[in-house]
Amino acid sequence: MALAERILAGDVRAAARLMRDIDDGFKSAVEELKVLYPHTGNAFIIGITGPPGAGKSTLVDQITAAYRRRSKRVGIVAIDPTSPFTGGAILGDRIRMNRHAEDDGVFIRSLATRGHLGGLSRSTGDVVNVMDAMGMDVVIIETVGVGQDEIDIVRMAHTTAVVMVPGLGDDIQAIKAGILEIGDVFVVNKADRDDADRTARELAAMLEMNPDKDREWQPKVLKTEASRNRGIEELVNEIEAHRSYLHHSGAIRRLLEEKNTRLFLELLKERLFAEVYGHIHVNGKFREIVDGLVNRKQDPYSAVEAILAEKFGGVKN
Amino acid sequence: MSERKLRVLVGKPGLDGHDRGAKIIARAFRDAGFEVIYTGLHQTPEQIVAAAIQEDVDCVGLSILSGAHNTLLPRVCELFREKQAEDIIVFGGGVIPDDDIPGLKTAGVKEVFTPGTSTEDIVAWVRVNVIPRA
Ligand code: B12
Ligand SMILES: Nc1nc2c(ncn2[C@@H]2O[C@H](COP(=O)(O)OP(=O)(O)OP(=O)(O)O)[C@@H](O)[C@H]2O)c(=O)[nH]1
Ligand SMILES: [Mg+2]
Repeated sequence: MALAERILAGDVRAAARLMRDIDDGFKSAVEELKVLYPHTGNAFIIGITGPPGAGKSTLVDQITAAYRRRSKRVGIVAIDPTSPFTGGAILGDRIRMNRHAEDDGVFIRSLATRGHLGGLSRSTGDVVNVMDAMGMDVVIIETVGVGQDEIDIVRMAHTTAVVMVPGLGDDIQAIKAGILEIGDVFVVNKADRDDADRTARELAAMLEMNPDKDREWQPKVLKTEASRNRGIEELVNEIEAHRSYLHHSGAIRRLLEEKNTRLFLELLKERLFAEVYGHIHVNGKFREIVDGLVNRKQDPYSAVEAILAEKFGGVKN
Repeated sequence: MSERKLRVLVGKPGLDGHDRGAKIIARAFRDAGFEVIYTGLHQTPEQIVAAAIQEDVDCVGLSILSGAHNTLLPRVCELFREKQAEDIIVFGGGVIPDDDIPGLKTAGVKEVFTPGTSTEDIVAWVRVNVIPRA
């Protein structure tokens, strides 16, 4: 039986294997994903992002427990960085989530970025789709510990929680608008620490000043102490409140439109490039063009036009 | 067709709190270009096996310095068999008397590395003995 059918029949090993095939870029994975696609679109996708060590994994663990109390099945995709020097990675997010390992209602997968920027792996979207097809009600994505620019999560998740910690002090001023714009909920974790109130106040003040503040959904700042399960129910309630906002306001439509447009365009770009590049690579044109450019016998603009014309027949501008 | 990246789970079963060796091994594997799922201390064999299956690893490396290797390592192998996942290779290391090693191997542990083994030797062993499953 093919992987997709086994997955739909509840086979966990098949799901784990397909995720591997996706991650390793196997062509066969695309065929399996096509079969699974009609069974996706049901999971609620939550993004958890924030700086390294903020307590993201600990929060994911607690949020998972909270959803399990509500009898929801939970998929978790936890991403850690690949070493640019060796291509290896230590994926350690699971350490905080071990208590769910044996729960049939929870599936945890660790992914390495494998050179992809933006805070996620290239495979993240497809791995989420597999979990969706497995029947997970909720899929939680933990991004790598991010600075400011790794904000791909906002296009992947329905609801994004940005996790901060006290003691950012004056640095909080340095937080770029980027990260403020992607949060649907803001969490000041490690609320047991001094300064938690101050950090929460400052964060709330910055959100007030945000030029976007007239939007219908006003993100709140919540305090949690993930390591002692404090503030988690409130956080999950707020996440759920955002989810119902998305549906009641119709904002979900806009979100899905943006997400799918982007997804399609990226895939198109990737495939088109692979097609054309593969073509000129095999027929030797690539070498020819590079030589022509180096000798300045040819300009790059005409070279591209000539290739497109050859591949697609007379495409110009 | 693309190439498989080797995935390995490094874990510490039981109540053993010695994690220096496990961390050194995890780092050596990362530096060898493997993807290492490090699950930390105090794992039950059941948790390790469930995690290995969800993560689709090629092999599981367990570190035990407490003396409980004769129960914990065979138990992990047994659980993999129960789950029809005995294709996932089990190996280990730590403070394990030489006399115990043959019994562990009979139970399904593919290799055991005792204190003083260089991480280069361990990485070399993995490269030869663990071929990422097609
Ligand atoms: C450092 C140490 C500690 C530190 C641990 C710090 C830490 N976070 O790891 C501290 C002080 C906390 C400690 C505490 C205890 N320790 Co202590 N400890 C040691 C000591 C001296 C060195 C261990 C070490 O870190 N070695 C360095 C690492 C790199 O080597 P390694 O782990 O052996 O790993 C190598 C190989 O074994 C192998 N390997 C190991 N794991 C793996 C995994 C894989 C996948 C692979 C491929 C290879 C591999 O590769 C590594 C590289 O060569 C050993 C004695 C010894 N010489 O081994 C005792 C020793 C392990 N401890 C021992 C004991 C009894 C204890 C305590 C119970 C003492 C007490 N009464 O309180 C406590 C228990 C702690 C606990 N909660 O479990 C005993 C265990 C006896 C036994 N097995 O029968 C030992 C053997 C000392 C002795 N001779 O009695 N300990
Ligand atoms: N004091 C305190 N410590 C916490 C709290 N939540 C988590 N921690 C600790 O913070 C450390 C980091 O927690 P993780 O959950 O691994 O953080 P993370 O954001 O996932 O880290 P990376 O994935 O490495 O970026 C751990 O030692 C946790 O136990 C909290 O509310 N209070
Ligand atoms: Mg983490």
